[in-house]
Amino acid sequence: MQSLTNRSKVVVNKEMSFGERLYLPAVFQGMWITLKHFVRALIKGPNTVRYPEEKRSFAPIWRGWHVLKRDEEGRERCTACGLCAVACPAEAITMVAAERQQGEEHLYREEKYAAVYEINMLRCIFCGLCEEACPKEAIFLTDRIVPADYVRQNFIFGKELLVEGIEPDKRIDVSKRQKHLTEKQAPPA
Amino acid sequence: MFLLFTTALLLEKSILVLALFTVTLGVAAYATLAERKVAAAMQDRVGPNRTGPFGLLQPIADGVKFFMKEDFMPNSAERWLYILAPGAFMFVACMTSAVIPWGTELTLFGRPVALQVADLNIGILYILGFTSLGVYGVMVGGWASNNKYSLYSAIRASAQMISYELAMGLALIAVVMLTGTLSLREMAEQQAGLNWNVWYQPLGFLIFFVCALAECNRAPFDMAECETELIGGYHTEYSSMKLGFFLFAEYINMFIACAVIAVVYFGGYNFPGLDPSWLGGLMGLVVMLAKTFFFIFVFMWIRWTLPRFRYDQLMQLGWKTLVPLAMVNMLLTGTFVLVFES
Repeated sequence: MQSLTNRSKVVVNKEMSFGERLYLPAVFQGMWITLKHFVRALIKGPNTVRYPEEKRSFAPIWRGWHVLKRDEEGRERCTACGLCAVACPAEAITMVAAERQQGEEHLYREEKYAAVYEINMLRCIFCGLCEEACPKEAIFLTDRIVPADYVRQNFIFGKELLVEGIEPDKRIDVSKRQKHLTEKQAPPA
Repeated sequence: MFLLFTTALLLEKSILVLALFTVTLGVAAYATLAERKVAAAMQDRVGPNRTGPFGLLQPIADGVKFFMKEDFMPNSAERWLYILAPGAFMFVACMTSAVIPWGTELTLFGRPVALQVADLNIGILYILGFTSLGVYGVMVGGWASNNKYSLYSAIRASAQMISYELAMGLALIAVVMLTGTLSLREMAEQQAGLNWNVWYQPLGFLIFFVCALAECNRAPFDMAECETELIGGYHTEYSSMKLGFFLFAEYINMFIACAVIAVVYFGGYNFPGLDPSWLGGLMGLVVMLAKTFFFIFVFMWIRWTLPRFRYDQLMQLGWKTLVPLAMVNMLLTGTFVLVFES
């Protein structure tokens, strides 16, 4: 078959030359490489990050723990249309819709809302298709990591874990992710 | 008068033995840390740095950990041999250090104190004898564990050690022919300045060095404990400080092997421009230890560079390459000695 990359090497089990059979040149070659790394690590310090003290920054478009956004007046944006659940390739999202009652206008933006909204974090593959499907800009993936747990049941995140807080300081900033999505969805120029 | 002299000698030697024992253990302990640090640097990592500054307390933490672990013994193990093996291995490892001249002489309380526990006139034979006893610790440990992997590993290790002792001995014979002595102190004295044996015996040194790696069960000849094939090898069934003894004794072996290399081939306590009698005799000790530590570093360097040999390759290298080479080396040395001395 024709090679497309020209990077493949044909394996040849050829007879080794005397120099190769001596083994020593290869030994010194290898030791030279490790010595270079050794000296480099002594002078410039290692390549690693000292984790608990030093943390590497997340990518601005990191896809982690979802958030259900509220609008400027603190009303939930989600209308339980179910498009995210349909878009979800992992079948991680379920919800139960309910009708907004009188006096709940300050809680839900539209007449219909999600009474129950659950994402199974063990099923979720963090692909971000739910964000793209959402017509109300209600669901976003954030740069928070879903914490580990011992019990499977605890990975089913309900609204109490997904909806952001009403207070301004408890809002979760998704502007970077939002910007990325608009750029991604913009029609090609 | 005689009694006083004997008492003083006894006291002096006891202190020396104790000091040497402590230093050997200390070096072995810190060699474990150094190994991890060297490995880390060669792999662009940091290495242990949680226990004290630069991880300097790591060996102590490791020691404490070993003592706190459950001391488990398999039901089917040969009880006494199982207990004996790590002790025997450790004992043999510690014994070898007795004949190594660590320096010339210290003057303490008005009397010269030789920095060598015993100046045996058969020093090299003593070392060869004790290193070949070392195989018993591995063999007995592997056999007494009553585990097939341990046994495999023990058999491999003993075959390897016996095979490489041969080439090692042959390489040393050439040095003995050249220097005309079996005593390590006389050997060190002959190599004053830069008159080191390695310049006369480069091939012999190479053979000896490779064999020393094999004798110490160090990579690339760590057949005895290849984790991947033999799940740890002869000490699979060992836990707690018994395992610690095995691991520790290997580091002591490495320390001693490096000291022997330094004495036999690299002039021991001699270094051009640095008289070993300076600082009241401490200079020789410093030079000797510096050389030893350098070779320990080389041992580690090799370990973190070269992959393990396959068993048949190991045997082939030992029997078909090193032994004939050592014989040729012996023959050449003999010819030269004969030609130049007559």
